[in-house]
Amino acid sequence: MKKMPKWADVLLIPAINLSLAFLISGLVIWAIGKDPWVAIKTMVQGSFGDSRGLGYTLYYTTNFIFTGLAVAVASHARLFNIGGEGQATVGGLGVALVCLAVPWPHWTLALPAAILGGALFGAAWAAIPAYLQAKRGSHIVITTIMFNFIAAALLGYLLVNVLKEPGNMAAETRSFPPGAHLPTFHEMLAPFGIDFNKNAPANISFLVALLCLIGFYVLIWKTRLGYAIRAFGQSESAAVYAGISPVKITIIAMLISGGLAGLMAINNVMGEAERLILNSVEGAGFIGIAVALMGRNHPVGVFLAALLFGFLYQGGAELALWESIPRELIVVIQGLVILLTGALDNMVRAPLEKLFLSFGKGEA
Amino acid sequence: MGRQETAAPAIELRGISKAFGPVQANKDISIKVAKGTIHGIIGENGAGKSTLMSILYGFYKADSGEILINGIPTAIPDSQAAISAGIGMVFQHFKLVENFTVLENIVLGAEDGSLLKPSLAKARKLLKQLSEEYELRVDPDARIENLSVGHQQRVEILKALYRKADILILDEPTGVLTPDEADHLFRILKGLKDEGKTIILITHKLREIMEVTDTVSVMRRGEMTATVKTSETSPEDLAERMVGRKVLLRVDKKPANPGRNVLEIKNLRVVDDKGVERVKGIDLTVRAGEIVGIAGVAGNGQSELLEVLGGYAKATGSVKLNGVELDLTGKHSDGKSRREKGIAHVPEDRHSEGLILDFQAWENVAFGYQDDPRYNRNAILMDNAAILKDTQEKMERFDVRPPNPRLAAKSFSGGNQQKIVLAREIERNPDLLLVGQPTRGVDIGAIEFIHQQIVALRDQGKAILLVSVELEEILGLADRIAVMFDGHIMGERLPHQTNEKELGLLMAGVNEGAA
Amino acid sequence: MDFLTIIQILDSTVRLATPLLLACLAGLFSERSGVFDIGLEGKMLAAAFLSAAVAAVTGNAWLGLCAGIFASVLMALLHGLASITFRGDQLISGVAINFLAAGLTVVIGQSWFALGGRTPSLIGGGRFPDITLPFADALAEVPVIGQIYSELISGHSILVYVAMAAVPLTWWVLYRTRFGLRLRAVGENPGAVDTAGISVVRLRYTAVIICGVLCGIAGSYLSTGLAAGFVKDMTAGRGFIALAALIFAKWRPWQALGACLLFGLLEAIGNRYQNIDILGATLPVQFMQALPYMLTVVILPGFVGKAIPPRAGGEAYVKER
Repeated sequence: MKKMPKWADVLLIPAINLSLAFLISGLVIWAIGKDPWVAIKTMVQGSFGDSRGLGYTLYYTTNFIFTGLAVAVASHARLFNIGGEGQATVGGLGVALVCLAVPWPHWTLALPAAILGGALFGAAWAAIPAYLQAKRGSHIVITTIMFNFIAAALLGYLLVNVLKEPGNMAAETRSFPPGAHLPTFHEMLAPFGIDFNKNAPANISFLVALLCLIGFYVLIWKTRLGYAIRAFGQSESAAVYAGISPVKITIIAMLISGGLAGLMAINNVMGEAERLILNSVEGAGFIGIAVALMGRNHPVGVFLAALLFGFLYQGGAELALWESIPRELIVVIQGLVILLTGALDNMVRAPLEKLFLSFGKGEA
Repeated sequence: MGRQETAAPAIELRGISKAFGPVQANKDISIKVAKGTIHGIIGENGAGKSTLMSILYGFYKADSGEILINGIPTAIPDSQAAISAGIGMVFQHFKLVENFTVLENIVLGAEDGSLLKPSLAKARKLLKQLSEEYELRVDPDARIENLSVGHQQRVEILKALYRKADILILDEPTGVLTPDEADHLFRILKGLKDEGKTIILITHKLREIMEVTDTVSVMRRGEMTATVKTSETSPEDLAERMVGRKVLLRVDKKPANPGRNVLEIKNLRVVDDKGVERVKGIDLTVRAGEIVGIAGVAGNGQSELLEVLGGYAKATGSVKLNGVELDLTGKHSDGKSRREKGIAHVPEDRHSEGLILDFQAWENVAFGYQDDPRYNRNAILMDNAAILKDTQEKMERFDVRPPNPRLAAKSFSGGNQQKIVLAREIERNPDLLLVGQPTRGVDIGAIEFIHQQIVALRDQGKAILLVSVELEEILGLADRIAVMFDGHIMGERLPHQTNEKELGLLMAGVNEGAA
Repeated sequence: MDFLTIIQILDSTVRLATPLLLACLAGLFSERSGVFDIGLEGKMLAAAFLSAAVAAVTGNAWLGLCAGIFASVLMALLHGLASITFRGDQLISGVAINFLAAGLTVVIGQSWFALGGRTPSLIGGGRFPDITLPFADALAEVPVIGQIYSELISGHSILVYVAMAAVPLTWWVLYRTRFGLRLRAVGENPGAVDTAGISVVRLRYTAVIICGVLCGIAGSYLSTGLAAGFVKDMTAGRGFIALAALIFAKWRPWQALGACLLFGLLEAIGNRYQNIDILGATLPVQFMQALPYMLTVVILPGFVGKAIPPRAGGEAYVKER
């Protein structure tokens, strides 16, 4: 009984999937008359070449860690939370309200409050789909999609009619007080004599994201709640037998998921824009799906996948700037990654398993 | 008509082999089945019977080997080819569309032309003929989901006959039938045989083989170990060939020594999600130090009874454990509360309830007891090391093979999976143990061990409620037998004062004593 | 509100319901066969783009329609490949298709036309003209009935009539033909279909392709009938509203028509009245935009009763052991 070794499952298959996604992306670039090689060089140069690029890359990475973990935690309960976009949008509202409510004296006070605000608002936005799934059997995929649209409409309304500063033409809130300014990498690294680019938006939220990765690991594999979440995700009927309440776990898992998505706002709203604007999430909620899929719902995988998408995002911006390839190329790559690592996984896996099986027989 | 003796057998299989990944399900199997006979294939669960027949029906493709129908080599790449070759199959799990009518199910795949109306009209006529000819009466306009399993099975047979099958394969057809319904089925099969049809009957029940077959093949671990004339063999002989060694079909145990009432059930009623009453007011008592066996055909309320006692179905009525009323509807009617009260539960379906197949053995040992202080460091963190250690010890005591706590549950054989569940539940030292189908899908070697463990727990003075659809198991293991039919308890019997025939009648809802 | 206003709103309802209806019926075929499809949006978008692009270049709306159907079917086949052949997760595949369409339409559009992802505006034969039914002009003066005929029933593009005709056709196919019987069966119990000697894979691919064709017509209508050219993300969630309508309709064709007309009406009202005053309170435009989604979420579990999807839906068919 020789099965596929674990390293092949964890490393080889994602690597092949990813290479295929990039190969096809390269073909797309070639097909629209650009040079894929130049494109890659531009992307790498622009995202890792200097501390400005790196700062942007890590800024995006931070967003994707949050949304990736949000999707991953729901996935462990076998819930497909496709509503990260809406939850992050509403989380942004929470963070903005917290930041604007008080003339914060220092970020060390503002950040914990904002974390709470973002997580609570994000969780609240996930709570209704969670309730409907748990109690009414409305499919969570459908309801979370609907809630994305509702969130966009809600935020549009609030920004235009309620939160907008009088006299300002743009639909946005006033700027947050200076005390709510989060330290950027430039400010954090200066005391150590490292000169990080001043304009790069990477900030202390990155460290919060790293803490969330560790917290996620502990939650899922070391705690009773995580055990219950995984058990429920594997088999609902077995969970019921074991006295684990499906309603409770569905709701808790979705609250954590929505909370993580909402947390993203400390990075993009508080750390970067320092005010709430329309469409500040920029699709990060959806990228979370790709990140969780690629990362196999494991924190290490999520981190690496988030880094990859951070690179793609920043690199994509550079491409748009220097090579006049539309930023939407990133959306194409994102689609390809989801398709190949998620839906077409068996295309690579099945032949590979056969291959390992025949090797196994050869040895025996 | 009559039986034409042709030289060529109706079916001949030559050197069929089939592997599922690393598992060799069929190894170089060859048989011949003469035309106009009933041929039995007997073997333990997982011996490869169903796989072999699925190959014959084109459901799976064999890795190697040859199929001859009436002496002609025939390729059967899919079910369509099998149907054209005159083969029909009644699967163990019926292949019917639940929300279709009988007629629609019969026509499906055998329509004439692209419009439905003429096909349905034609089928209606033919169906009437067939059902009268073979005593297979069923309402053509009834929806499948509203039919009893016995009637659903008739639809499956009619489906095959409608497609003009000459060879009929039945996979474990009596698993869901009462002895009475089974007898009716056998009469039909004999009638079909007299018409010159060839029938292959797959079963793991020796009684059926002896009763209806002309010839029988025995399968063990993917291999065909013997093919003999039924008249020239005996149940003991077949059992030995099935398992490969002499087996004890009876359970060794001392007479019970029952004590106080542990479980007292009064007027228990269960209504399912669809609003159907599944348990219709039953009374039952289980005392310390005895095994009460619930006999019955699957689907007569036994599962619901276990679910209520296990804490995951709502009910009305009264259930007392050690004199204390259990919560049947409220907050405390869940598995967790039941365990805290001293009820352990080996569920009927270990794949969908008792185990999480993708979890490792140690994670499964904590399953249901995830809140046990011994398994937790504090209110939040679990103590994985403690669980691992406990698992290691349990695996040794219960002889689980391989004794590797880090192996996923799905990698163990059925018997070893069941031992893991049993170890987890029995070692909780419960006052009441619920056991559902303890030996379903378990190899014979492990059956003995499992039975011994259950009896040992009884001898420690624990109350045990056993539900099994295997009459033999009930008769061998129980100290008292209650028979369930249609949500009622038809009667209680003592094992030494009853027999299969009497229990069979009760299982069919016939209570001679009361009548 | 006078009668003519109502007629005009209803007229616009029909136009706006058309893409929803086509997409909804597309989803019906796919999901009835057991293949869930949240990629309706992407398929429509791809079709909208390619049909507008081809129509812009050739000046022929019919060629545009063919191209749109081609694009949508291609996406549908990809979904089939992932979810039928390779037994992947159907929801994930649908998500991927939505992204691919959203990205590719802009990337390719920019490369072809350099208009920031738009196609050139369609003029003349590049659009489907409105058809005036016989006597429509003559009857326009007749009160009520004449107005209804000439304003509401007459004067739509051919694709609107195609969509309306698709409803009884779908019903007929589903309940009166061999194909329909098999389609419904495969979505409920593919094992029954397989053992009856019918190929599950072929049946499901057929359904998925039909879904692609209908989504293709829907998308083409958006860019060459309703609008005059493609703009980035022009489906704007219509694929998801169609999905909501499908659930409302519990996967049945006539009910799908009803649900799509309702959502079309909401959109028509929202378009006509930016802010609606009701009892002194003002309903903002965003509320009208979000209303279909809110209706789906709120009403679905509450009032319509539980919508039970085809039993085998969402799962790839694997022969059980």
